Amino acid sequence: MFTAPIAELAPALASKRLSSVELTTALFDRIDALNPRLNAFLARDRKRALGAARAADARLAAGNASPLTGIPIAHKDVLMTAGWKTTCGSRMLENFVAPYSAFVVERLADAGMVLVGKTNMDEFAMGSSSETSYFGPVKNPWNVDYVPGGSSGGSSAAVAARLVPAATGTDTGGSIRQPAALSGVCGLKPTYGVCSRYGLIAFASSLDTPGPFAQTAEDCALLLNAMAGHDPRDSTSVDRPREDYARLLRAPGGAKPLAGVRIGLPKEYFGDGIDADVAAAVDAALGEFRKLGATTVEVTLPNLDLSVPVYYVIASAEASSNLARFDGVRYGHRAAKYDDLTDMYKKTRAEGFGAEVKRRILIGTYVLSHGYYDAYYLKAQQVRRLIAEGFQRAYQQCDLILGPTAPTAAFKLGAKTSDPVQMYLNDIFTVAGNLTGAPAISIPCGFDRNGLPIGLQLQGNHFRESVILNAAHRYQQATDWQRREPADIALETAR
Amino acid sequence: MSWEVVIGLETHTQLSTRSKIFSGASTAFGAPPNTQASAVDIALPGVTINKRSVFARKNYFYPDLPKGYQISQYEIPVVQGGSITITTKDGVKTVRLTRAHLEEDAGKSLHEGLSQAASAMTGIDLNRAGTPLLEIVSEPDMRSAEEAIAYAKTLHTLVRWIGICDGNMQEGNFRCDANVSVRKAGDAKLGTRCEIKNVNSFRFLQHAIEFEVRRQIQVVEDGGTVEQETRLYDPDLDETRSMRTKEDAQDYRYFPDPDLPPLVIDEAWIERVKADLPELPVAMKARFEKEYLLLPEDATALTSTRATGDYFQQTLAELAGIPNVPYLSQSPDVANAKSVANWVINELGAFLNNHQTDIENSPVSPAQLAQLIAHTGPFKGTISHKVAKDVLAAMWAGECGGDADAIIVARGLKQISDAGAIGKTVDEVIAANAPIVAEYKAGKEKAFNSLIGKVMTATKGKANPSQVNAILRKKLGA
Repeated sequence: MFTAPIAELAPALASKRLSSVELTTALFDRIDALNPRLNAFLARDRKRALGAARAADARLAAGNASPLTGIPIAHKDVLMTAGWKTTCGSRMLENFVAPYSAFVVERLADAGMVLVGKTNMDEFAMGSSSETSYFGPVKNPWNVDYVPGGSSGGSSAAVAARLVPAATGTDTGGSIRQPAALSGVCGLKPTYGVCSRYGLIAFASSLDTPGPFAQTAEDCALLLNAMAGHDPRDSTSVDRPREDYARLLRAPGGAKPLAGVRIGLPKEYFGDGIDADVAAAVDAALGEFRKLGATTVEVTLPNLDLSVPVYYVIASAEASSNLARFDGVRYGHRAAKYDDLTDMYKKTRAEGFGAEVKRRILIGTYVLSHGYYDAYYLKAQQVRRLIAEGFQRAYQQCDLILGPTAPTAAFKLGAKTSDPVQMYLNDIFTVAGNLTGAPAISIPCGFDRNGLPIGLQLQGNHFRESVILNAAHRYQQATDWQRREPADIALETAR
Repeated sequence: MSWEVVIGLETHTQLSTRSKIFSGASTAFGAPPNTQASAVDIALPGVTINKRSVFARKNYFYPDLPKGYQISQYEIPVVQGGSITITTKDGVKTVRLTRAHLEEDAGKSLHEGLSQAASAMTGIDLNRAGTPLLEIVSEPDMRSAEEAIAYAKTLHTLVRWIGICDGNMQEGNFRCDANVSVRKAGDAKLGTRCEIKNVNSFRFLQHAIEFEVRRQIQVVEDGGTVEQETRLYDPDLDETRSMRTKEDAQDYRYFPDPDLPPLVIDEAWIERVKADLPELPVAMKARFEKEYLLLPEDATALTSTRATGDYFQQTLAELAGIPNVPYLSQSPDVANAKSVANWVINELGAFLNNHQTDIENSPVSPAQLAQLIAHTGPFKGTISHKVAKDVLAAMWAGECGGDADAIIVARGLKQISDAGAIGKTVDEVIAANAPIVAEYKAGKEKAFNSLIGKVMTATKGKANPSQVNAILRKKLGA
């Protein structure tokens, strides 16, 4: 029961068959037992969580609960959480306690969710394996020799291991969808601007997107209902009427619930470099969608091959500027000994940042430099626009674009750490969504020969979250990949 | 050798907003350090910002720059082009504007006022961080320190006039950086310029430019070349010093701020702002000269601030509203205006000056001043000019609630214009001052003035001076 999805926990809480305190206690026992092997959590606080759980139970008893009241959640450590250490997986913020909460953190707290802790991540969200964290790598619950994906690997691993039914993540180039795929859970990247970035420690401002992790698409819809909303503190937050993202999911389905839905298949997604098991799983999923009534059409996405280089130019440029504030002057790490101001900056940043963060700051500084700006940053922005135009043309022919989330299932820890380009190419199918700002979800669709989960990506045009979520939900009603759980090897060992 | 001086100014005007440009923190001056710095201003990680305009990031490291970049405008500023008309002793000149762009201010480094233990440390006050600035950049159109000061003063008047900047230079709300170069007279090519910073008064601006011009001419005449650099003005030593050379110039890596979407200012907004704009000082000055035949220097004085212009016009309107005010032969407006201008500039001006206060804080309102002016010579002639000045002093002090009528009654100052009463006093004075009368009759004109003075003293200054003059002359001549 405790490891059930939100859609099952919520009625149990509402009908008092289960209390939030019971649920939270049970999950904390799992976290205490399993986290030492997974390293998914950087901080957790049972006492605080139980306080919130008691408040949630009182709210449930008083009858003014939301559909999420009493449900435990974990936040990626990139989100400012008042009174909690918020480290971004970096030595730079090792002892930094957030004085205020991010918009999405506030919204989920207002909904009555019980915060159990902060999840591990690639340092400053820069990575695709959750190995660049200063606090050690996150392990994949399906096989602890493998990475869970990244950068939100702590959140994806926590949901995969059923330590929490929900977690937040942020997606700058695939950092929700790729770990969701590699960990075998659902991860939704909403349209840029739907969830405020206020309180999200910026990596690349024009790409950063907060979103939910959960076991099912239905749960993602419930979470997005609470996380979305206009926020004047973020100038890029979109002001549009409130939307119930779960409304299509509740409509009666019938035998062909996806009749009329046109699925676009970009030939660029089904070429070389895709693992055979991944290709087979995606193909099988496509068969299910056809059975559910969807039609398919081949589309092209020109310049998609340029999306990774374009992404690394733009994201690094923005990062080099966004991370300038970590200078040792006001908060965070400061070198113990230094000769003068410049020396203080140098030593503080040399000590506080890890190798991947430094690499991206260097790339970003370079591409913005005098004499290189036009060739790199400006050109990248131009190609970004061309890629977005390609997607718009494709969406004239289809409602959704389907393909693998990542070219392979999870890889072994350390397998790609010495080759940044190989690591970056893991984002080949996800970065375009950030460059265009359009929404996408990754849902489990099978396992590879090593028993590691495979993710299916469904993308839609801007603000078409409900269409994406509905398609994913109908697929999950017809299949059961999302119900597969990794074995609690560590838990049993602990006992 | 004849040298030509070329000057362009970059002026930072702190915009008079209640809150900072991208946060809700207050911009009030003088608060204790860091009490007006929100999470955004301190650049806590994760902070994003409020809706505004098209901005770029200027990246550099400095302790008082919390984000490691300044939000400014680069390729597309909010204003491009425009001009400012200045007046100097050589006449009227137009200075072209290159651009005006919005940006945020940085914080301040504090080297003093820290505790003993912290004496070797530098403090950072971020209250000012995020305060909105409009940087107005001129073309290098000025040819002397005098023109530069005239430009700076005109701009200063203008930004205060339209209420976008309170113009307090000591508080740093209006800061000028001067780009100065010299070239041989007749040269087409501009000389190498130096940028002078840290000039926080018009006087210092003048001194700084004058020093810099002398320095550059000296360098060239000594066979050297002027290096492009940023120089700091030191008011104590009255000199400029090198701060950083071109070689130290940083690559600011400007790029569009990804936190801020482009903002389109629509035509309706521009039209609304235009419609709400008050009459600008140049137009008002021209109108004063044309409609009221005021002297250019008076018109300039009356348009030195918008409050002065408003005060003048309100007093004029009040005066016109007082019934039974006789006018001179000129048109009522011209007659009134001349008198009101004199009272506002000279008489009230003296009080404002002595009390170091602005006209908007004058204890004497335009209505009260008009009431007083109505009593004076050109109008009702109830009191003499000298008495009127005393009444103004009483009004300034708040006597009788500043009511001129009440003060005149209470003090018994009403001018005596009764020929019989004046004639009686004149007779008494003639009788009591036989030696002076004799002197007058011997041809000493000075003696006449002395007798007038005695009549005025006897009437405590209340006698109508022109009547006294006529009656005395008549009686002595008889």
